[in-house]
Formats: sequence, structure tokens, C-alpha cells
Amino acid sequence: MIADGVEDEEKWLAAGIAGLQQNAFYMHRALDSNNLRDALKYSAQMLSELRTSRLSPHKYYELYMRAFDELRKLEMFFKEETRRGCSIIDLYELVQHAGNILPRLYLLCTVGSVYIKSKEAPAKDVLKDLVEMCRGIQNPVRGLFLRSYLAQVSRDKLPDIGSEYEGDADTVVDAVEFVLQNFTEMNKLWVRMQQQGPAREKEKREKERSELRDLVGKNLHVLSQIEGVDLDMYKDTVLPRILEQVVNCKDELAQYYLMDCIIQVFPDEYHLQTLDVLLGAFPQLQPTVDIKTVLSRLMERLSNYAASSADVLPEFLQVEAFLKLNNAIGKVIEAQPDMPILGVITLYSSLLTFTLHVHPDRLDYADQVLGACVRKLSGKGKLEDNKATKQIVALLSAPLEKYNDIVTALKLSNYPRVMEYLDSETNKVMATVIIQSIMKNKTHISTADRVEALFELIKGLIKDLDGTLDDEVDEDDFKEEQNSVSRLIQMLYNDDPEEMFKIICTVRKHILAGGPKRLSFTVPPLVFSSLKLVRQLQGREENPFGEEESTTPKKIFQLLNQTVETLSNVPAPELALQLYLQCAEAANDCDLEPVAYEFFTQAYILYEEEISDSRAQVTAIHLIIGTLQRMHVFGVENRDTLTHKATGYSAKLLKKPDQCRAVYACSHLFWVDDQDNVKDGERVLLCLKRALRIANAAQQMSNAARGSTGSVTLFVEILNKYLYFFEKGNPQITVAAIQSLLELITTEMQSDSSTPDPAADAFFASTLRYIEFQKQKGGAVGEKYEPIKV
Amino acid sequence: MNYLVGAFKPPCNIFISFADGRSRKQVPLKKENGKTVMVALFQSQENIVGEVVIEPIQGKKVEHNGVKIELLGQIELYFDRGNFYDFTSLVRELDVPGELYERKTYPFEFSTVEMPYESYNGVNVRLRYILKVTISRNYVSNIVEYQDFVVRNYTPPPSINNSIKMEVGIEDCLHIEFEYSKSKYHLKDVIIGKIYFLLVRIKLKNMELEIRRRESTGSGPNTYVETETLAKFELMDGAPVRGESIPIRLFLSPYELTPTYRNINNKFCVKYYLNLVLVDEEDRRYFKQQEITVYRLLET
Repeated sequence: MIADGVEDEEKWLAAGIAGLQQNAFYMHRALDSNNLRDALKYSAQMLSELRTSRLSPHKYYELYMRAFDELRKLEMFFKEETRRGCSIIDLYELVQHAGNILPRLYLLCTVGSVYIKSKEAPAKDVLKDLVEMCRGIQNPVRGLFLRSYLAQVSRDKLPDIGSEYEGDADTVVDAVEFVLQNFTEMNKLWVRMQQQGPAREKEKREKERSELRDLVGKNLHVLSQIEGVDLDMYKDTVLPRILEQVVNCKDELAQYYLMDCIIQVFPDEYHLQTLDVLLGAFPQLQPTVDIKTVLSRLMERLSNYAASSADVLPEFLQVEAFLKLNNAIGKVIEAQPDMPILGVITLYSSLLTFTLHVHPDRLDYADQVLGACVRKLSGKGKLEDNKATKQIVALLSAPLEKYNDIVTALKLSNYPRVMEYLDSETNKVMATVIIQSIMKNKTHISTADRVEALFELIKGLIKDLDGTLDDEVDEDDFKEEQNSVSRLIQMLYNDDPEEMFKIICTVRKHILAGGPKRLSFTVPPLVFSSLKLVRQLQGREENPFGEEESTTPKKIFQLLNQTVETLSNVPAPELALQLYLQCAEAANDCDLEPVAYEFFTQAYILYEEEISDSRAQVTAIHLIIGTLQRMHVFGVENRDTLTHKATGYSAKLLKKPDQCRAVYACSHLFWVDDQDNVKDGERVLLCLKRALRIANAAQQMSNAARGSTGSVTLFVEILNKYLYFFEKGNPQITVAAIQSLLELITTEMQSDSSTPDPAADAFFASTLRYIEFQKQKGGAVGEKYEPIKV
Repeated sequence: MNYLVGAFKPPCNIFISFADGRSRKQVPLKKENGKTVMVALFQSQENIVGEVVIEPIQGKKVEHNGVKIELLGQIELYFDRGNFYDFTSLVRELDVPGELYERKTYPFEFSTVEMPYESYNGVNVRLRYILKVTISRNYVSNIVEYQDFVVRNYTPPPSINNSIKMEVGIEDCLHIEFEYSKSKYHLKDVIIGKIYFLLVRIKLKNMELEIRRRESTGSGPNTYVETETLAKFELMDGAPVRGESIPIRLFLSPYELTPTYRNINNKFCVKYYLNLVLVDEEDRRYFKQQEITVYRLLET
């Protein structure tokens, strides 16, 4: 059925072209023989082909173009004819004798063009006559093409300023009047197309109409090209007249297209100066018109204009462009209650971009825009519409991109309120964007208020928002997100400890709300950030005035204690243990013995109660030992308690080698080089001996279990400890002891049952080399080593 | 053979010519046989002056009872063909009875001849002017020669020439208002006007303006009315909507019009009408006819 229609149309077009060509042929013959009468006759017949109603606009255009080409030749002929003495006025009358109106008007326009050129009559009179006479064609398609022909032939003959057709009687006003009238009539025809024909072909008609829209828009283009249309004329005549037509036509397609056309063809400067008029038209458009796109484009153009040169900015201020746009958008939204939320957001987003470009200094403007957006969003709940959410992200990203500085955005009080309307997924995306912006620009966020605001913004990452199920979250993504949060925490910094403390408190408040999953990511940076502050405070003199300082290391430690404690809920005992030890060390540096002791206690409790994995235990015990060794704040009693415990833990490790290593590590707890009160040689030796025993036991166990002794590595390691303390001058470590250990190792290595272990061999060899080296060094050390025989 | 032919031919040739024949304007006239000839043009009150040349055929004499020339204004109604009604008849005696041996020239003159009616060639009627030269003879038929000429009378522009303005329509269907700038047009005039659509509820296809000529002949029961459409001029293509106004500009010059003849000697009358026709998509025609007066304006 439809295919048939298309086929028929092809046929009709072919027939039309054939008829046209045939008559064009006769017309050419008449032209060649200067036979005016025949030329008119055949040209009229040729143009009669354009009277068809059977072609779609697309096909009709094809036919029209052919006729157009022929008419150019005819026009040349008319020109020559007048040169030969034929009066142009007579010609003008003669063509009007044609009985059919369409050919008559095409001919009239063609002669009219020659008439204007001849300057025998004022251009404006001829133009006025032509545009009036064209009213005879009320069929939309034929009328549009005829009038576009008129527009085409008259284009270079308008009495524009500086044009040869400008005269006393012909002014640019007439040119404008002519184009406006033609435009108005064309638009009427174009709009009318929509109402004609059966309703079921509505879509087809719309399609056909869009194919024709440029014919109408061309007029606006011509207007914009007229030199004489200066700002005043544009403001007083051109724009009001166009808008009147646009508003009154009440046609969705036309209003959308024409508004866009106005915005695109006329200069930005004009738009700026006529903003109220232009914007005033928007609320009057049909409710279905896609105003957001048009308005967005206007704002986009104006933004670009503002960006093009700094000279134009005062103009924007002078006309209060922002206020006007803001009002207009408000009105449009009010006038179109059915506008989807996407449209609203798009509008505000464009306005925001505009204000950011034009008034970068007016943050309040940006905030106003966001505020208006919030008002519009309120009561709608979370956004479901995917596109709308994307648009909000764009809206929110705009200030970040512009200022490259989240601090500025944080001043926008409505910013977080807009974010509330995003679903949690998007909220996260947005939060990530914000964090990335901070990272990229290395923004300094240095007050607690801002931190508060910032965390309010990125709370999508900080805590679980309603309705998110954990299993939906991809593990990797989650880690990524939390890592970025951690990085962010590290970036919050202020030189003033007071403020820094506040920041820490704020951050803490927020991250604690984040739930166990996040804590293991967020607590460490916070702890380290706090410790940094502690170190900073520690470097200071006591407040000479004795005033009560609110921020003291003690206070921070209290806070830290509570913070780390939260990790037990996660649970992340290893992490907590590490953090406790870190804190303890910091407390040590601050000479806060009770605090340090408390931390150690916490760490020990964790070790005892929470850390059950043997590997984790090994790691933990080494950490404990390492930290404890460095502690100097403890009194003898405390230290004893802690050391004792540590040694006890070491001996209770599951695997013998681990036991052995932990125990010999413990030896360091009794001998700290730079602390004279911790130099208990006897207990060091005890530890080492114990380690040796364990190593032996390990060997035997290995022998019993596998039939071969294990490697001698442990012995070599212990040997190294011996050598260390020997060198440090521990009187309990004697040459004899070393000597016997050396022999023991050698024996073990030569024993049949031993498994060869190249690493251990190498280790031992290099230890021996060390001894040799020390010997040869001479001096006090050399003397000390001298007795050892290898 | 020549002799025989000569026996049936009139023994002389008669030529009628006008004194100002060379300078006088000639207009085409359609003869009964369908041929168009160029003949002299006069108007009422003119002097018709000329001469008649009678040229006997070589070696023959023409005996006659007198020679006369008549100026006749005749109306011929086609239903009564062959019967001429002379509304004007003027006679001039050119010669007393006698014999003609050689070529002889007779001047004639009709002064300020009253010719109130124009020559007209209609569907059912013809009005013509002729000069008729008669050589009366005894026993044999008279020798007669005719010369047609055309009369056209000019009218000054009318002092009152109102526009024609009218609102017509079909209730709730179509309301239009049309206006023709004048009610009286000269033959080369141009009809200017416009049609304003007040209400359109039917789907119109196009609109045209027709010029119609109504010729009525005879009187009483024998009245014959003949209407011809002389012009069909398309004014509008497509369907207008309410509020549209369509311009009219129709040049009359291409059409062969005559002035309006109200009453020509109680024999016939010719009237002109403008007929505005609107055609809808189902080819139904809606029309409104208005009489206009056509007059002949002296061409300058």
C-alpha cells in the first residue's frame, strides 16, 4: 500500500518532469527566436506542472528546482527583451494575463526581479506588489515554494543600506517589511499544513513539514544578512514582529524551530540587548515545545559570547542578563507544568554554565540557580529518570570544572541539597567526581566547616545510603571508592592545630557513621592524620601563658583510642593492633606514659583475644616487639610487665621456628643501645639460650618427623644475634659461647642427616666472612674478635 | 468563352472609398463568410466623405435609371436571418438616369451622421453599418455594391464609479466579503479587488473570476438569452483559512469585450458580469455574479 504510494509518486514526478522538459524545450525555441508571446505561453505551461498536488514536498522540491533553473533562463530573456526596447511595465502586465494563478505568479516574480533591476519603479513598490499578489496561493506546499522563489529572486535586490536599490523612497525599512511579510505568510502556510488532511497522517505530515522548515527559516537568515538591520531596528521592529508571529502561530514545530532559528541567525550582541523581549516570548509558547533545548542553546551562545572577549562582559552586567534569564526560566517552568524534570534540570544546568562563564565572581548567582533547582526538585523524591540524573551530574560538575576548586563549590549552600535528589549510585559517581577534582587540583580544604560541607557532599561514599543492598556493590569498585576517600582524608590539613583538631573531629564523626565495611579504609588515614598533628604539637613549647589549650596531645590520644576501638566492630584486629602500636609510639614521643601503656594494653588484649591466626600472630608479635623496643617512656615496672608479656607470647607461638625467631627478637627488649637503664645482659643471654633450645628442639622434631634435620638457618640467625650483642659489649656474651655455637653449626652442617640448604650455607659463609672482616679491622673491635676462631 | 463569362458578370466595377481612407484607423471586421477584413472606423457625428468610382468594363455601356448611395445601420437577428432592420438610412443621389461609357467618379458626403449604436457581432445578433451603392436598371437586376465600416462610440469616464462591495455566504459554512474597486470599467481597464474570508468551513480547492457576457435578443416571448464566459481567471489556489484576503488583479485587455449595450433599439442588449466562483474539493461550485458596466474610453 505504502510502497504503491511511493511508486505512484515516482511516476507522477517522472511525468511532471517530462511535461516540464517538453514545455521548456518549446520555451527555449521561442526564446531563441525572440518570440515573446510563445515564450510566455510555454513558460506558463511549463510552470503548470508545479500545480500538482500529488507529490510529497521532497519530490515537489525536485520538480521545483528544475523549474527554477528554467526560470533563470527566462529571466535573462526578459532582461534582453527590455534592452531591445520592450517596456518592462508592459511585460509586467503581460505575464499577468495568464489564466492560472501559479504560473502567473512565478512569471510575475521573475519579471518583477527584472523590473527592480531596471529601476523604473521603486524596488519597494514592486516587492510589495509581489508579496501581496502571492497571497493567491493558499496551498501550503505550493505557496511555500512560490514564496521561497520570491525570497530567492529578491534577495539581492532588497533596498538595503548601501545597496544600489536604496533610494529616497526605498529604505531598509521597506526591505525589512518585505521580508517580514513574506516570512509571516510562509509561516502561516507552513503551520497550516499541520491542520490539513486526515489525523492519522499526522506523523507523516510532521516529517514533511520538517523537510520544509528551512524554506521558512531562510527568511530569518535573509533578515540577519540585511546590513541596515541595526540593533535599534532589530529591537523595535524585527524581533517583535517575528516573535508575534511565532507566538501567535501556536504550532509546536514552528515555535521550536523558529525560536532556535532566531537564536542562531542573529548576532549574540542583539540577543543580549533584547533579552527581555526574547525571553518574554518563551512562556507564551505552546506547552509541548521543547523550550529547554532552545533556551539552553541561547545560554550556550551567550556563554560563548561572554567567553569570546572580556570587553563584552560589562554589557552582560548592564542588561542584567542573569536576572533576566533566571526569571525567564522560572516563568517557563511555571507556564509548562508538564515539563519533565529532565527539562527543568537541563535549563538550570545551562543557566548555571552561563552564570559561571559570565559572572564567575558571583557565587550567589550560582547558588541561586541551585536553589531554584532544589525547589523544583523538592517533593519529587529521588530521581528515577536516568537522563535527568546524568543532567544533574553535569549540573553539579559545572562549578567544579569552572573553579577547579571545591572550596568555592562548598560555599554554595544549595549544592548538597541538589545532590540529595540523586540516587545513591549517581551520588557516588558525583562524590567521586568531587574527590577527583580535589586530587587533581590539590585543593586545600582547611577549615572544619568546609570539611563538614564536603563530607555532606560526598556522603554517598562515606556511608550507606538508604536502599542500597551490599551485594549490589562490586568489591573492586568499593575499594576504589574507599581508597579515594582515604586519599581525601589525607589532604585535609591546616597549620593551626586548633582547626586541624576540629577537622579531625569532623572527619571522625562522618567516618564513624560509615559502617564497619568502610572503617578499615577510613580509620587509618584519620589516625595518621591525627598522629601528624600530635607530632606537630609535640614539637612546640609549652604554652607560656598557661592558658588552657583545648588541643593537647592527650586529648587527641583519647580520641584516637576511641577511634581505633571502633575497628573491633569490623572486626579488623590486625589493623587495630598496628594502629594502637603507632599511637603508642606517638604517645611515647610525647612522654605520656599512661597513654602509651594503655595503647599497649589494648594491643595486647587484641593479640590475646582477637588474633588467632598463627601467621597473624607472628606478624603481630614482631610488631609488638619492635615497637616496645623503641619505647623509652615506660618506667621499669611497666616495661617489665610488657616485656614479660611479649616474651611470653613469643614462646607460645605455634611453630618452633617462629617461636625461636620471636624469642631471639625479644632479646632486644632487654638491651637498648641508647638507654643505659635497659641493658640487661643476663636476660638477653637467657633469651638467646632459650632460642637455641627451641632451635634444637626444632631440629629434633624435624629429624623425628621427616628423618632429616632441618636447615641450620635458625642457628645462623642466633649466631648473628650473639655477634650483635657481643659487639655491643654485652658482658654475658662470651667468646666461648660464640665459639661453641660456631662449632655446633659446623657439626650440624656436616652431619649426614642434614638437608643441604644453599641459602643457609651462604648465610653462614657470609657470617664467617664478617667475623674475619671484623678481626682484620684491628683496633678495639679487632681485638674483641681476635679470640674467636673460625 | 470570355464573351460568355462577360455576359453574366456585372457590366461595371464599383469602388467605394473614403476621402480620409489612408489616414483613418482600420479595424478588423469579421464577415459572414468567416473572413476578417480591415475596415474603416468611424464614430457618431462624423462626416462620412468619399467617392464612388464606377468603371464600366471595357467596351460595354451601362444603361441605368439613376445611381444612389445609401448609408445604412442595420440590425440582423439570427433567428430572423436575412431580415435586416434598418435603424438608420440616408440616401444621396449620385446620377440621373443615363448611360455610362467610361469610368466616372462621384464624390459623396454624409455630414454629421447620427450613429448611436456601435457595430456588434454577437451570438444571436449583428449590428452593422454599410455604404450601399445602387445602379438601378430597367429589366435587369440592379447593380449593388456594399462597403462595410465600423462604428465605435467613446464615453468619457463616468463621474460616479462606485466600488462593488458585498458580503455573501452560506450560513455556518462560508462567509466571504468581496470588493471590486469599481463598477464601471473601460475596455483596457484592470479589475482590482480583494476577497476576504470571514468564515471557511468547507475545503476549498480554488477560486476563479469569470467575465461573462449576457446577450439578450428579441422581446417578450421571443427573447433569446445567450451567456458566454469570456474569461476564466484563477484567483486562488488551495484552501484559505479565516482571515485570509486574496488580491484580485485582472487585466481586461486580453479579452474581446464590447461596451455594455443597455438597449439597442429595443432589439437587443449586451451586459457584462463578474462571476466569482469558489470550487470545493468535491468540485461543488459556489458563485456570486455581479454586473459591471463596460464602456469605451477614448484611446489617446
